[in-house]
Amino acid sequence: MTSASSARDRVLGRVRRALADAPEAPEVTRDYLVSHTPDDPATVLDLLHENLADYRAGVHRSTRQHLPALIGELLTGHGARTVVVPPGLPGDWLAGSDARLRHDDGHLTPAELDSADAVVTGCALAVAETGTVVLDAGPGQGRRALTLIPDLHICVVDVAGQVVASLPQALPRLDPTRPTTWISGPSATSDIELDRVEGVHGPRTLEVVLVVE
Amino acid sequence: MRVALFATCVNDALYPSTAIATVKVLERLGVEVDFPAAQTCCGQPQFNTGYRRATEPLVHRMARAFEGYDHVVTPSGSCVAMVRDNYPRIGARAAAEGRGQGLADAAASLVPRVRELTEFLVDVLGVTDVGAYFPHTVTYHPSCHGLRMLGLGDRPRRLLQAVKGLQLIELPGAEECCGFGGTFAVKNADVSAAMGDDKIRNALSTDADVLCGADNSCLMHIGGMLRRRDAPQRALHLAEILASTEEEPLR
Amino acid sequence: MSGTFIGMPSFPEAARDAVRDTTLRGNLRHATHTIRAKRAGAVAELDDWAQLREAGKQIKDRTLRHLDTHLEQVERAVTAAGGTVHWAADADEANRIVTDLVKATGETEVVKVKSMATQEIGLNAALEEAGIRAYETDLAELIVQLGDDLPSHILVPAIHRNRGEIRDIFRDNMADWGRPAPDGLTDRPADLAEAARLHLREKFLRAKVGISGANFMVAETGTLVVVESEGNGRMCLTLPETLISVVGIEKVVPTWRDLEVFLQLLPRSSTAERMNPYTTMWTGTTDGDGPRAFHLVLLDNGRTDTLADEVGRQALRCIRCSACLNVCPVYERAGGHAYGSAYPGPIGAILTPQLRGTATELDASLPYASSLCGACYEVCPVAIDIPEVLVHLREKVADQGGRGHRLERAAMRAATWLLDHPAALTAGERLASRTRKLHPRRLPGPGVREWTNSRDLPELPAEPFRDWWKKNHE
Repeated sequence: MTSASSARDRVLGRVRRALADAPEAPEVTRDYLVSHTPDDPATVLDLLHENLADYRAGVHRSTRQHLPALIGELLTGHGARTVVVPPGLPGDWLAGSDARLRHDDGHLTPAELDSADAVVTGCALAVAETGTVVLDAGPGQGRRALTLIPDLHICVVDVAGQVVASLPQALPRLDPTRPTTWISGPSATSDIELDRVEGVHGPRTLEVVLVVE
Repeated sequence: MRVALFATCVNDALYPSTAIATVKVLERLGVEVDFPAAQTCCGQPQFNTGYRRATEPLVHRMARAFEGYDHVVTPSGSCVAMVRDNYPRIGARAAAEGRGQGLADAAASLVPRVRELTEFLVDVLGVTDVGAYFPHTVTYHPSCHGLRMLGLGDRPRRLLQAVKGLQLIELPGAEECCGFGGTFAVKNADVSAAMGDDKIRNALSTDADVLCGADNSCLMHIGGMLRRRDAPQRALHLAEILASTEEEPLR
Repeated sequence: MSGTFIGMPSFPEAARDAVRDTTLRGNLRHATHTIRAKRAGAVAELDDWAQLREAGKQIKDRTLRHLDTHLEQVERAVTAAGGTVHWAADADEANRIVTDLVKATGETEVVKVKSMATQEIGLNAALEEAGIRAYETDLAELIVQLGDDLPSHILVPAIHRNRGEIRDIFRDNMADWGRPAPDGLTDRPADLAEAARLHLREKFLRAKVGISGANFMVAETGTLVVVESEGNGRMCLTLPETLISVVGIEKVVPTWRDLEVFLQLLPRSSTAERMNPYTTMWTGTTDGDGPRAFHLVLLDNGRTDTLADEVGRQALRCIRCSACLNVCPVYERAGGHAYGSAYPGPIGAILTPQLRGTATELDASLPYASSLCGACYEVCPVAIDIPEVLVHLREKVADQGGRGHRLERAAMRAATWLLDHPAALTAGERLASRTRKLHPRRLPGPGVREWTNSRDLPELPAEPFRDWWKKNHE
């Protein structure tokens, strides 16, 4: 790989020559806010709810006990008959649904995922100020394709342990080595006259269930 | 307090009425004004067109002409922005090119003393009511350099609102550039004219008698377009409105 | 795509036609004014916007100052995480690397996420030459590709098209590229988005190779970040077996934590959202999740020349949000195509002449494509002083001489001489005033003709101010 390594040397050499006389840049001043939200769990939860809804996600609050029934209702309400189940999803979450379950063992093809109506997952984190749920392919979330191809995504957030107010609070809690998907509402586009329209390639319906004790 | 008027080359040659009005307003407010004859131009046209080195003699000239004055007042936001933002850069570049500190020192001595007219009135003299009378409807275009580089904010509008008889009408799209831009007006004449068209359409939609601004270079462009169309609105510098009184009203 | 920017006329010439195109003017005005107001609202929500902007600027400046270190770091981290890193000094090298990588998979088609870097290097044309078909999957890029058109905006490449035009392009051309448009397609944005969904779905599901750029790459972790809205990015980054990302060397940020700044600055500046619908972050390859092979192509292509310019290097802070385009009065009237590159608008006017140089008439005309109104600097989330760089580049263009600039330089020198000799200046002013009755309203000759085509000249006064002063105060 002579030519490849020489391109590397050329680029790095040019970078060093370009910077030969450049003055040192100052240390970064981080005097921006760690959070824009009062440090009160109820306020943060309300903000998450409001911002999710603002970007056209369905938002529901549920107790842990009522969760299976709510998921069942949501699936039925959307007419979902086939549901993709990621590995590690708590078994009882789908106890209230009579949809056909397709457990992902890593071998479901894109076409098979495309024939499923819905996917139910947990998440790694939710960010209130941006109305975002973050998935990191952990247990109960599965690989990234699962939440991408089915047209309905039901995402369960454990309010007690998974909600933060802001981005500066979110990043330290995520593991950069894991593939991570940040989701803020259903897929959307601003490509026609710079006006936002929901529903393009990703799931066109996002239902977020906030589980409170 | 020693105050010098920096008339600017455009006002000296093309709009003396604006410079005269500035003198009248300041004198009415008890300010003793001087006009150092060694002054000419701040060098903005040369600098903005890419001729930095051709600007350098004018930086020296400006600094010498206004040496010893506490305040240098000028009825042109863009000329103040040129001095305040670009003179230090011109000085720093000359120093970096190994041509000494002379320009940087000249810039440093002048920059803190230069004030745009509305800054001087509101911030230094602390007045917004200058005792003016102008019984007309007026809409105000805040030129880009005054708006964004100097951050003049509501100073010009506060001064206008205090003028007796004047009715201020908000200009739609006020913050949008009129399309003058110095040599831009001839180098990109079509885009410049299109921007000017939109500006005067907005101005005419207010039905105001007068389109007021605080930068005659922009008003030369906007006013030229209004006159080309024989529009029932005229462009007028803020200083001339402030100079108008009941005893001596502006025609 | 047959469209190419090469051989385009200079900016003023290209802009002249755009200014007269009333449909284009209307489309651009509508779109830019819509997003302008929204962006202002999204930014106003954050009390610490100024601090975030300053931090974004400082992170970028500090990264650029130690770019070699960060690039080596990102290379190590990506390699350690199972990826392969390639270096490309210019567009040809990058295109060759990508083409060879695709060929090695045996595939003849690829799906693409919208990427400025691949647009810049003309990757699609290079792939086509090698018999590989590249499908653009971003809605606006799809509109451009189907319409055999050129992009005219960084975020919304088809901003110059309105919904009716988009409907016609879909109806007439989708069948040539795959699934035809649904019968009776309307111009409702939701229906157009649905048509794109149906058209591209089969391509996503069968794709074996995906090609992307990246918004950020984190040096300490080797993580790449793609920020998007539609989900086409997720499709291209997740479903294929091979992923190739072409990323400009200035896209590196030192730490994972730095994302907390840019993920606040970018969406609000770009689409005026608190957060864009989808952001994907990946580090090398992951067993059982996403592509099995990941290639990162680090692209120079003029960036190191830009880095060497002490004033111009701030252009490398750009995070491609396009806020400067959306507020620019010149962009709004001239449209994106007049800028003759993948990077239109104010940022293009300072980036293109630095990446490509100013040898062509078009590239030399770009630094003048601005009234220096400063709206771009005001909204830039990383505080690039675009007017400062424009003026600096004008100096470079003027210094290289060439058409028009030798005369101009002589005129500027003469003006400075006059302005440095007040007695001569005064004599000139008096002469002009005394002969003012003889001056016509319209004048021929370069400069004056352009002025008097659309505006009257000011009426000259009876005497210059300095004469009035002499009479009244001395």
